[in-house]
Amino acid sequence: MKLTLRVWRQKNADADGTMSTYEVDGISPDMSFLEMLDTLNEELILKGEDPVAFDHDCREGICGACSLVINGDAHGPERTTTCQLHMRSFRDGDTIDIEPWRAAAFPVIKDLVVDRSAFDRIIQAGGYITAPTGSAPEAHATPVPKPDADLAFEHAECIGCGACVAACPNGAAMLFTSAKVNHLNVLPQGAPERETRVLDMVAQMDEEGFGGCTLAGECATACPKGIPLMSITSMNKEWLRATRKVKR
Amino acid sequence: MTTYADYTTGDPVADTKAPSGPVHERWDKRRFEAKLVNPANRRKHTVIVVGTGLAGGSAGATLAEQGYHVVQFCYQDSPRRAHSIAAQGGINAAKNYRNDGDSIHRLFYDTVKGGDFRARESNVHRLAQISVEIIDQCVAQGVPFAREYGGLLDTRSFGGVQVSRTFYARGQTGQQLLLGAYQALSRQIAAGNIEMHPRTEMLDLIVVDGRARGIVARDLITGKIDTYFADAVVLASGGYGNVFYLSTNAMNSNATAIWRAHRRGAYFANPCFTQIHPTCIPRTGDHQSKLTLMSESLRNDGRIWVPKAKGDTRPPHRIPEDERDYYLERIYPSFGNLVPRDIASRAAKNVCDEGRGVGPGGQGVYLDFADAIQRMGRKAVEARYGNLFDMYQRITDEDPYEVPMRIYPAVHYTMGGLWVDYDLQTTIPGLFAVGEANFSDHGANRLGASALMQGLADGYFVLPATINDYLARHPHQGEVTGDHPVVQEVLAETEDRINLLLSVDGDRTPDSFHREVGELMWEFCGMARSDVGLRKALERIPQIREEFWRRIKVPGTGQEFNQSLEKANRVVDYLELAELMCLDALHRTESCGGHFREESQTPDGEAARKDEQFSYAAAWEFTGTGEAPVLHKEDLVFEYVHPTQRSYA
Amino acid sequence: MARTMWDSSVGKKTVMAVSGVIMLLYLVAHVIGNLKIFFGPEEFNHYGHWLRTVGEPFMHYEWTLWLVRIVLLVAVVAHAVSAYQLSRRDIKARPSKYVHKKPRASYATRTMRWGGIILGLFIVWHVLDLTTGHVHPGGFQEGHPYENVVDTFSTWYGNVIYIVAMLAVGLHVRHGFWSAAQTLGVGSRTRDRALKTIANVLALLLTAGFIAVPVGVMTGVVS
Repeated sequence: MKLTLRVWRQKNADADGTMSTYEVDGISPDMSFLEMLDTLNEELILKGEDPVAFDHDCREGICGACSLVINGDAHGPERTTTCQLHMRSFRDGDTIDIEPWRAAAFPVIKDLVVDRSAFDRIIQAGGYITAPTGSAPEAHATPVPKPDADLAFEHAECIGCGACVAACPNGAAMLFTSAKVNHLNVLPQGAPERETRVLDMVAQMDEEGFGGCTLAGECATACPKGIPLMSITSMNKEWLRATRKVKR
Repeated sequence: MTTYADYTTGDPVADTKAPSGPVHERWDKRRFEAKLVNPANRRKHTVIVVGTGLAGGSAGATLAEQGYHVVQFCYQDSPRRAHSIAAQGGINAAKNYRNDGDSIHRLFYDTVKGGDFRARESNVHRLAQISVEIIDQCVAQGVPFAREYGGLLDTRSFGGVQVSRTFYARGQTGQQLLLGAYQALSRQIAAGNIEMHPRTEMLDLIVVDGRARGIVARDLITGKIDTYFADAVVLASGGYGNVFYLSTNAMNSNATAIWRAHRRGAYFANPCFTQIHPTCIPRTGDHQSKLTLMSESLRNDGRIWVPKAKGDTRPPHRIPEDERDYYLERIYPSFGNLVPRDIASRAAKNVCDEGRGVGPGGQGVYLDFADAIQRMGRKAVEARYGNLFDMYQRITDEDPYEVPMRIYPAVHYTMGGLWVDYDLQTTIPGLFAVGEANFSDHGANRLGASALMQGLADGYFVLPATINDYLARHPHQGEVTGDHPVVQEVLAETEDRINLLLSVDGDRTPDSFHREVGELMWEFCGMARSDVGLRKALERIPQIREEFWRRIKVPGTGQEFNQSLEKANRVVDYLELAELMCLDALHRTESCGGHFREESQTPDGEAARKDEQFSYAAAWEFTGTGEAPVLHKEDLVFEYVHPTQRSYA
Repeated sequence: MARTMWDSSVGKKTVMAVSGVIMLLYLVAHVIGNLKIFFGPEEFNHYGHWLRTVGEPFMHYEWTLWLVRIVLLVAVVAHAVSAYQLSRRDIKARPSKYVHKKPRASYATRTMRWGGIILGLFIVWHVLDLTTGHVHPGGFQEGHPYENVVDTFSTWYGNVIYIVAMLAVGLHVRHGFWSAAQTLGVGSRTRDRALKTIANVLALLLTAGFIAVPVGVMTGVVS
C-alpha cells in the first residue's frame, strides 16, 4: 500500500504546530497503524529529519499510551486503540490525517504527544479506596453480588487513554471520571468514601479545565473499552446523592 | 577460541539474610529479627523507587503509608501504564477456596518444581505464604476479581498445576491489580508522601562509600539530566525480555536501570533464564514491532494440535480428526494442554521444526476451541475468553470461533535479574530489587499467574518489611549532594554517553541495531541453545557493539523530547546484556526450565538437569564492557522439595 | 450545598436540568391552553381571564399568575446563565480545533446552543408581542388574547419567527429532556429507550401543538 500522511508537527509545547505531508510506500495491510508510523520514522531518521513523536508502549491495547486522532476520529475508524488498528482498515492511495488529542487540559508536548497528567490528578483526588497494606480483612468476608462485581469490572476496564476527552466537542473528562467513580462506588469496599470520592473527583476534573458534559455521546463512541454513556448518568446520580449527604 | 567466552570464578555468594529453621517459620523469624525504624523517624528517610508496575507501585504506596518519604520514577506518562498492566491470566494464591487440596505447601511445592529446582526454598515458601494476603489486600482496594453467583471469588486452573488457585479479572487481571496499586500510589501522592516523576528515566546509579545513595535520571520531556538522592534505592524496573527485540514486553520496557546497577556492582543472576510463552500470536512479517500474548488460560479449554503429516497445507477444518496430532495430550497425558510453559513452548518448536507447523512460514500451531464450543456452548466460551478472542481477531483478521487460533511461542518473561538476598537487597548495600527485576523466586521457569503474585508480594509485603532493617541499621548516613565527586563523575559519564550517541551521526537507526541483536539472541539464545550457537553469538555481539558506536544515527538534540535518543541509549545496554546472557547460557551446560541446552536432553527429548553440577544460582559480577565477568555461585539447598526429573506425563 | 452546586460543572448542569424541566412543564400547560383557541374567542378569552383568577379567593387577582411568572423568570435566567457559563467553559476546554473536521461531532451541542439563543430571543419578542403588547402588530387589546393572536399570525414575520422558534423548541426538548434525565441521574440502561421515546413524543407534540395555532390562523380556521 502507498499512503499519504498528513501529520501534526509541533516542536514543543510553546511552538506553533502545522500539518506536514509525508508519503509512505510498501505498507502491508497486516501492519498495525503504529508499525506504519515506525516505517515512516525509520525513513525520516535516515534522511536526517526529526521522526514523528507519538506515545505508545504495550501495543496490546491495554496500557492506554497511544493517542492519535486519525481522520478526525480518536483512535481511528475502528473501535479500538490506535495500536490495535491495522492498516487493513485503510485503502491503497488513502490520505490519512493524524493529529494529537486536542484539549486545553491535554497540552501538546511534541508532535502527537500530549500531557495527560490531569487524569492522574483526578485519580489522586479520590479515585481510590483507602486500604493501607496489611489492613485488609479476609477476602471472602464481604461477598459481592456478581452483578455488582461485573458492573464494577465493566467500568474498571478504562485504560485512561483520553480518547473520551479527545472526541468530546467540549473536551470533557466526564466518561473517564465516571468510569472510576462507578467502579469504586458500586463495590461494598468503596462505600465509606462513596460521597467524598465523587465530589472530590468532579471538583478536580473542573479544576483541570476540562469542559462540561452536553451528553453528545461522542466519548462513549470513541472509547476503545466500551465504557457506556450511562456511566455518566450514574456518576451524576452519585454526585447529587453526595451533595445531599455531605455538608460542605 | 575462548577469548569471548571467558569468565573467572570468584568466591561463592551466600544469602546471609535467610533464616534457618523450619521453612514455614522463616519469614516470621526474619521479620522479628529485623530492626524497625521508629515511626517518627521514618519521614526523615527518603527511598527512591524506580518503576511503578505491580512491584514498584505497591512498594511505593506501602513505604509511603509507613511514613517514608518516597521519590518515585517511571518512564511512562503516568504510573498507571507500567507493563504489568498487560498481564492477562490471573494471580495465584493458596486460598484453597475450592477445597481441592490446595495449601501453602502445595503452592510452594508446585513453584519450586515448576521452576525446575533452581529457586530458593525460603523465598518460594514466603511467596506462597504471602499469596493469601495479596488477595485480601487487592479485594479491599476494590480490584474487581471475577465472582461466582454467590458473590464469592471465582478461580481457575493454570498451567503446571492440578488445583484451581488462580484468581482473575476476566483477561485483564494485570490491569486490575495494577490499577489497585496505582490508586494506592495516587492516594499517597495526593497526601504528599510520594514525589512522583513520570516521563523520567533512570540512567545510572549513584553509589557513595559502597552504598546506593541515589540515581541519575533524565526528564524525557526537557531532556534535563538530574541527580536524586536517597537513603535507599529500590529498582522495580521490570525484566529484560526486550533484548530479543520481539517479545511480549511493552515497546519501551528496558534493561537500563538494572544493567546500570549491575555495572555499578550489583550481581546479575541467571541472566539466561528467559521464559518463552507458548501462546502468542505468530508474527506476520518483518514490520513486526512486538508480539502479543494470548493468555495461557486459553489452554484450559483450547486444544493444541498440528497435522500429523509434514507440509499439510489444507485449511484446518479440512483436516480430519484422525490426521491431527494433539501432541501435548499425546506426550503428556496427565497434564495434557496444561503442561508448564517451557515444555509447551519447546513442544511447539519441535513440531514446527519437523515441518508440521501451520500458517505463514510454518511457524505456528493450532489452538482449537471447536470442542469447547461444542461442550459448553459459544456463550460460555465468550464469557470466559471473549476479550482474548476479540484481540486475536483484531490482530489476525481471523475469527477464532470459526477457525482455530494459530499460536507460536514468544519471549515473555525473564526469570533472571539482579541477584538479591532474602531481604531483596542486591550486592550493593542499600540497593534493592523487586518484581521481575530480581531473580529470586521462579528458578529456571515461572509458572503461569505467578509473576503478579511475586510482584505484589515483593512490593506490598516483603520489601516494606525488610527495608526497615537496612534503614534502621544505617541511620542518617550523612547528606550526599550534587557536588560530591562521585556524583559529579556519574553525572558526567551519563552526559558523555548521551552526547556520544548524538555525535556519531552514522547511517543506521537505533531500531536496526536492536533488531539485529534481537534476532541473533532469538536464534542462538532462544528456545534451544547449543555450544556452537552461543559461541557464534558471543563472537558476533562485540562486533555489533563496535559497529553501533561507529554507525548509530540519532537525530535531534539531548535537550528535548527525543524518542530516538531514548531508544539508542537502551540499545547500548542490550548490547552488553546480550553478551552476559549468552555467556551464562554457555556456561550452564545443563538444561533446566526455560534454559534448554541441546547437548543436555533425555532420550525422548526432555530437558535433562545436572543437579550435582549446576544446583546453584549463577551471580555475575561486572568487570568492564567486553571483559570477562566473575561468576559467583550461590548453592541451592533443597530440604523440603527434593529435586526429581520433572514429570508432567 | 448551593455553593457546591453552582461551582461545579455537574451542579450547573443540574441547575439547567431542573430549570429546564420546570419550563418544560410550563410548556405542556401552555400548549394545552393554546389549543383552546380552536374553540373560539369566547372560550379562549375566558381561559385567559381565568389564568388571572386562579387560586381566588385565597390568592388575590393575578397573584398566581405572577407567582408562575417569577418562577419562570428565575428558571429562564438560571437556565441561560448556567448555559452561558458552561458553554464558555466548554469552548475554553477545546481551544484548538481539529484540522480534520467531523461534521457529526457536535450536533447535539450545536443545536442546543443555537437553539437556546433562538429561544431566548423568541421569549423576549413573544412577551413584548402578546403579554405587554409593545411590538404587537395592530392594536393590542388587553384581555383579548384571541384577537391578539390572530393579529400576530396575520403577519408573515409573526409566523416565521414563531414557527422557527417552535421547531427549535422541538429540537431543544428532544435532546434536553433526555439530557436532563441523565443529568439528574434517572437514566439507566433499561429506561433509556423509554426516555428517548418520551423525549421524541414530547418534542413532536409540543412543536405540533404550538405550530397548530399559526397554521390555524393562516388557513382561516382561526380568525
